[in-house]
Amino acid sequence: MSGMGVTVSIFLLTLLFSIPLGLPVSLARMSRSKLVSIIAGAYVSVMRGTPLMLQIIVIYFLPYYGFGISVTSDYRFVAVIIAFSLNYAAYFAEIYRSGIQSVPKGQYEAAQILGYSRTQTFVKIIMPQMFKRVLPSMTNEIITLVKDTSLSFAIATAEMFTMAKQIAASEASLAPLMAAGLFYYIFNLLVAHVCKKVEKHYDYYRI
Amino acid sequence: MELVRAENCRKSFDGEEILGGITLSVNEGEVVSVIGPSGSGKSTLLRCCCMLETMDGGSLSFAGKSAAKEEGGKVVYASHAELKEIRKTFGLVFQNFNLFPHYSVLKNVMEPQMIAGKSKDEAEKKALECLEKLGLSDKAKSYPCQLSGGQQQRVSIARALALEPKVLFFDEPTSALDPELTGEVLKVIRDLAAMHMTMIIVTHEMNFAREVSDRMIFMEHGVIRAEGTPDEIFGSDDERLKSFMGRLRG
Repeated sequence: MSGMGVTVSIFLLTLLFSIPLGLPVSLARMSRSKLVSIIAGAYVSVMRGTPLMLQIIVIYFLPYYGFGISVTSDYRFVAVIIAFSLNYAAYFAEIYRSGIQSVPKGQYEAAQILGYSRTQTFVKIIMPQMFKRVLPSMTNEIITLVKDTSLSFAIATAEMFTMAKQIAASEASLAPLMAAGLFYYIFNLLVAHVCKKVEKHYDYYRI
Repeated sequence: MELVRAENCRKSFDGEEILGGITLSVNEGEVVSVIGPSGSGKSTLLRCCCMLETMDGGSLSFAGKSAAKEEGGKVVYASHAELKEIRKTFGLVFQNFNLFPHYSVLKNVMEPQMIAGKSKDEAEKKALECLEKLGLSDKAKSYPCQLSGGQQQRVSIARALALEPKVLFFDEPTSALDPELTGEVLKVIRDLAAMHMTMIIVTHEMNFAREVSDRMIFMEHGVIRAEGTPDEIFGSDDERLKSFMGRLRG
């Protein structure tokens, strides 16, 4: 049962870090500086183009094999959070980018004429509209995240799926895995419900 | 006093010349309308004046302050800080209104003033005043999506007026509106003209332009083909001008 808590922690911490982290990545991706945009583009490309499970394993073993630093078992959880946050930041960055690019050019022009600085235009005019536009895609991604937390079994993090698998093996029964499945399902019903609430909250205006 | 001066303004897009050296001068209190067929460069001229497009050649100044001048075949714009000051002298009303959809009508009119440094109370007072002038007092709490096109355009005019610009540009302000709603926007512009607001209006509403303008400019293929009082333009012998006007009348 403690596995549930770990699963929920991975989920919440990943959102906490990756949702804000996606923004600078998407801005870097759209940067006028070729170099910055290429670096951000490569980051997104690698994060989306390789398995998350592989990324988790690499980040877990990197301190030891890369730098000869031995890690404590606490690092297991930290590695999972780092890998998930970096990976999801890449996906969120792309979602933000599509959202930002879908805001009509006229909004920038009006803001410029009305004396908004570039920063003011982005923070006050573009970002709120972007956020509303990307909510449905964010919901999708967040639901995927709930299920993806199970990938952290790759480095034997004591989250729910890992535990369920162990119990299933020791009891030679599918029931623990079924229970885990039910948990993910209910968790996602909750996530979808919350996302719908947020979308509804932004229904007061149309774009 | 000369409020706007664009001299020998040139602009090309992808090698295609849109503006072939246009000189436009507008004095305080003057209403100038720019007419001409689609693709003649009217909107591009306006956008160059508002600095939404950078010119390829020519100079631009507002109330004597230089915003851009040509140096060695290149257009050099004034510094960021200078341009910020210069932008305060003019406002622009867009064809598609470009209201901020996530703000209420009141906030749409208030926030630009606060950006310009006014306190919240001052900005709110001024915003309510402008909305009242345009008959929109009861819409202050609405969102743009709840308004008709005509109402949205009036809000955008209120938003521009609240910043007290010396000159107001209109880029086809009624082209996105159906004929029924066009009237209410034209009435607002007519009222502003009666108050001697300096305005430069790109429009296809010929009769309106004739009635409201001190001067009309007929553009074609990126150059000024004819310029004069409405009577001079409408009474012109120029065959091209006559056929353009005739087609609109017919």
